[in-house]
Amino acid sequence: MKTAVFKIWRGDANGGEFSEYSTEVTEGMVVLDAVHAIQAQQANDLACRWNCKAGKCGSCSAEINGVPKLMCMTRLDAIPLDEPVTLEPMRAFPCIRDLATDVSWNFRVKKSIKKFNPRPPDAPDGTWRIAQEDIDRVQEFRKCIECFLCQDVCHVLRDHHLQEKFIGPRFLVFVAALEMHPLDTEDRLPELKTAGGIGYCNITKCCTKVCPEHITITDNAIIPLKERIVDEFYDPLGKLLKFFRPKI
Amino acid sequence: MSNYPTLEYDVLVIGAGGAGLRSAIEASAAGVRVGLICKSLLGKAHTVMAEGGMAAALANVDDRDNWKVHFADTMRGGQYINNWRMAELHAKEAPDRVRELEAWGAVFDRTADGRILQRNFGGHRYPRLAHVGDRTGLELIRTLQDHGIHQGIETHMEHTVVTLLKDGDRVAGAFGYDRERGRFKVFKAKAIILATGGIGRAYRITSNSWEYTGDGQSLAYHAGAELIDMEFVQFHPTGMIWPPSVMGILVTEGVRGEGGVLLNNEGKRFMFSGIPDAYKAQTADNPEEGWRYTQGDKNARRPPELLTRDHVARCIVDEVKAGRGSPHGGIFLDIAWIKEKLPNAAEHIKKKLPSMYHQFMQLANLDITKEPMEVGPTTHYIMGGVRVDAETQMSNVPGLFAAGEVAAGLHGSNRLGGNSLSDLLVFGKRAGEFAAKYSKESSSSQINDVQVEEAARQALEPFERSVKATGTAEGPYQIQHDLQEMMQNLVGIVRREREMTRALAELDQLWRRAKNVIVHGHREYNPGWHTALDLKNLLTVSEAITCAAIQRKESRGGHFREDFPNKDSSEGKMNIVVRKDADGSMNVRRENIPEMPPDLKQIIEEMK
Ligand SMILES: Cc1cc2nc3c(=O)[nH]c(=O)nc-3n(C[C@H](O)[C@H](O)[C@H](O)COP(=O)(O)OP(=O)(O)OC[C@H]3O[C@@H](n4cnc5c(N)ncnc54)[C@H](O)[C@@H]3O)c2cc1C
Ligand code: SF4
Ligand code: SF4
Ligand code: FES
Repeated sequence: MKTAVFKIWRGDANGGEFSEYSTEVTEGMVVLDAVHAIQAQQANDLACRWNCKAGKCGSCSAEINGVPKLMCMTRLDAIPLDEPVTLEPMRAFPCIRDLATDVSWNFRVKKSIKKFNPRPPDAPDGTWRIAQEDIDRVQEFRKCIECFLCQDVCHVLRDHHLQEKFIGPRFLVFVAALEMHPLDTEDRLPELKTAGGIGYCNITKCCTKVCPEHITITDNAIIPLKERIVDEFYDPLGKLLKFFRPKI
Repeated sequence: MSNYPTLEYDVLVIGAGGAGLRSAIEASAAGVRVGLICKSLLGKAHTVMAEGGMAAALANVDDRDNWKVHFADTMRGGQYINNWRMAELHAKEAPDRVRELEAWGAVFDRTADGRILQRNFGGHRYPRLAHVGDRTGLELIRTLQDHGIHQGIETHMEHTVVTLLKDGDRVAGAFGYDRERGRFKVFKAKAIILATGGIGRAYRITSNSWEYTGDGQSLAYHAGAELIDMEFVQFHPTGMIWPPSVMGILVTEGVRGEGGVLLNNEGKRFMFSGIPDAYKAQTADNPEEGWRYTQGDKNARRPPELLTRDHVARCIVDEVKAGRGSPHGGIFLDIAWIKEKLPNAAEHIKKKLPSMYHQFMQLANLDITKEPMEVGPTTHYIMGGVRVDAETQMSNVPGLFAAGEVAAGLHGSNRLGGNSLSDLLVFGKRAGEFAAKYSKESSSSQINDVQVEEAARQALEPFERSVKATGTAEGPYQIQHDLQEMMQNLVGIVRREREMTRALAELDQLWRRAKNVIVHGHREYNPGWHTALDLKNLLTVSEAITCAAIQRKESRGGHFREDFPNKDSSEGKMNIVVRKDADGSMNVRRENIPEMPPDLKQIIEEMK
């Protein structure tokens, strides 16, 4: 039977090192299976997160040969096995232990964003009428499984550590979903410019490339938000026109 | 006072899936202090994986639907051992709970006139499942999560409760550890809501995640609560079976709802033979009518692929046994065939079942718009669980509530697809409401330090044993693996008395091994330790399932006995109740189901 060698980062917030494990490879195996096999047979205390094993929960994010990916959706037959496969935790977040990182910052950011606030119901029974084509875009954004891989890859967070000034692509998508929700009445653009730090994004599109849900983060969420901000804050005529335009 | 950090709440919710979040939202809206604990990060609970949709008689797609039809469908699906009052409340309240989600920001797929779209599912007479493609659970949990974080609920992510604390008869709090640092904590509360989900990890082939170790059922049992219907485990007919690493992962019933058909290796739609009598009148007897049904023809009857899950799963087992299975021991599920009917079939499939398309493409190298899938039964859901009062969701232990999959009653012997997500909302809300009320009416409870110290001692034993470990000492993974293998083989889809008696003997052995389990390393984020502590729960629920399954001498719903292959009307009049005796042994008894009131009986008659 074929075997593969994994160099897995073992350590915590104070540092660590790579340890090598070799494990048998069976047909259709994914990286998470290999981690589980190593955990069960060689390193009972190897820390990693997972839940669904089907790309639905966004728990198993890690860097595989340096690329941010879901371990449960990365097949071993899609990566070269003639040399060791490196597995590291997401580097943009503090390490807790081994492959598990402290992603609590993301949860704090989300709480700081104004919540959904719908217009009054359209029908007497308290329901709304919405056309499917008006929500296709919002549904794209709501596919997000909060794996935070886009946050991990974004240079503003990863290299420049501007966590206090920039909410990152995940939450730009989140704000876009709220702003483009046909029922929502809130305006989040002023905060997006200031606390959200949308200006730090220079449209490198790295986030879009790693998104396992194939959300076109940059083109469909970030750029339209940037345009709205320009309309609202730098274009007095556009701002005036906005009064006569229904919110879309 | 014990010297562990102590947090105090009026209502403590254990579990942050749909049921836990909905109950926490309700309790905090009632103005009490609410704490919420979960083993994973927020938003990762099992609910996130639900695919097909949530059942509610909104009547947006077919105006003949109403709560009475939904009630009758649920009772028929559960084969009449359901708690009829829960089935009634569920059918009546589900539509409001779904609409409420929309007010909190959920974005469901729409009908042509802009209302919430509903789809067909097994056992539901009309299109009833509100959905978002095949990622409805994600929409549900994210909506509740994003609403809930603004409600002043205090959340403790990655914490595991290992014991409930009692003050006399009533519940007084919970004791647990944080997974990251391994530190113990005491959660003091006047009322506790269990919303911990299911038990699928007791079996080898399952659609369930590592979280599903039966914690809530076991916590409740050891705290003196009664469990009922534990013999009823749902084996979903369509799990992935190839490649081996994905075995058990769910293939949503939505595939069949959209026109997918089940075929044996001769290419035959075997589900047309052996349609049960109770469903004959409502089931199509030819492929053409079945197809029209899936495309919304109101005069057509449903195809036999959409019969209840217990029936479909058993037909698959029989087909494989008769040598007509697929190469890897399952059967074929084909949605690609609809290209004969629809011009843009491939696009249509990708739009309706995007995550199924993705899942098979990425994990099995298979394009479901072109080729059939290989599928087979997988352990999916437990109908049984903590026995609760229908109105309030309180167990027989004062102050201890349960909602969602961990609670029992609504689904009887077999759950209809889509009835779980609506269950979470309807009874999550009720549990939150009544737990808040209970806490307002109760005095503060007292934490008993002896219980706390004992729980801490037990939790640390596996480390201590490893220091003086002898030759026979073993880690937790092998024990867990052997338990799963044993349950799969001896208390699985087809059961026999002899095998289940053997299962009890094997459980005895496994208990003994679990009591000697050792764990290496330290307490910080140590999955070996976590797995060791879960063993007690897995063993407790496995024992309850086995004992109850031996007791029920008939076949009904998810419980099929080869030695009693038929339904038995006298067995059908009772529930099996499991409870911990004073001496620590498992007490199993039968209890009659209360008589259904005439108005509900009449509904069932009318809908026959
Ligand atoms: C793949 C799949 C698809 C499904 N599709 C559908 C569908 O389309 N429609 C439908 O109606 N149903 C569906 N179901 C069933 C449904 O999703 C589940 O029954 C339901 O989500 C359970 O919700 P819950 O709130 O009871 O528990 P969960 O969502 O599982 O939440 C349990 C929570 O309890 C926590 N917990 C557990 N033990 C402890 C402990 N000891 N200490 C602290 N916290 C603890 C967990 O961390 C978690 O937060 C599906 C199930 C699966 C597996
Ligand atoms: S496009 Fe913007 S948000 Fe995305 S990675 Fe680049 S800088 Fe970050
Ligand atoms: S936007 Fe994509 S990459 Fe970012 S968190 Fe969501 S799913 Fe993950
Ligand atoms: S385990 Fe859920 S996304 Fe990988």
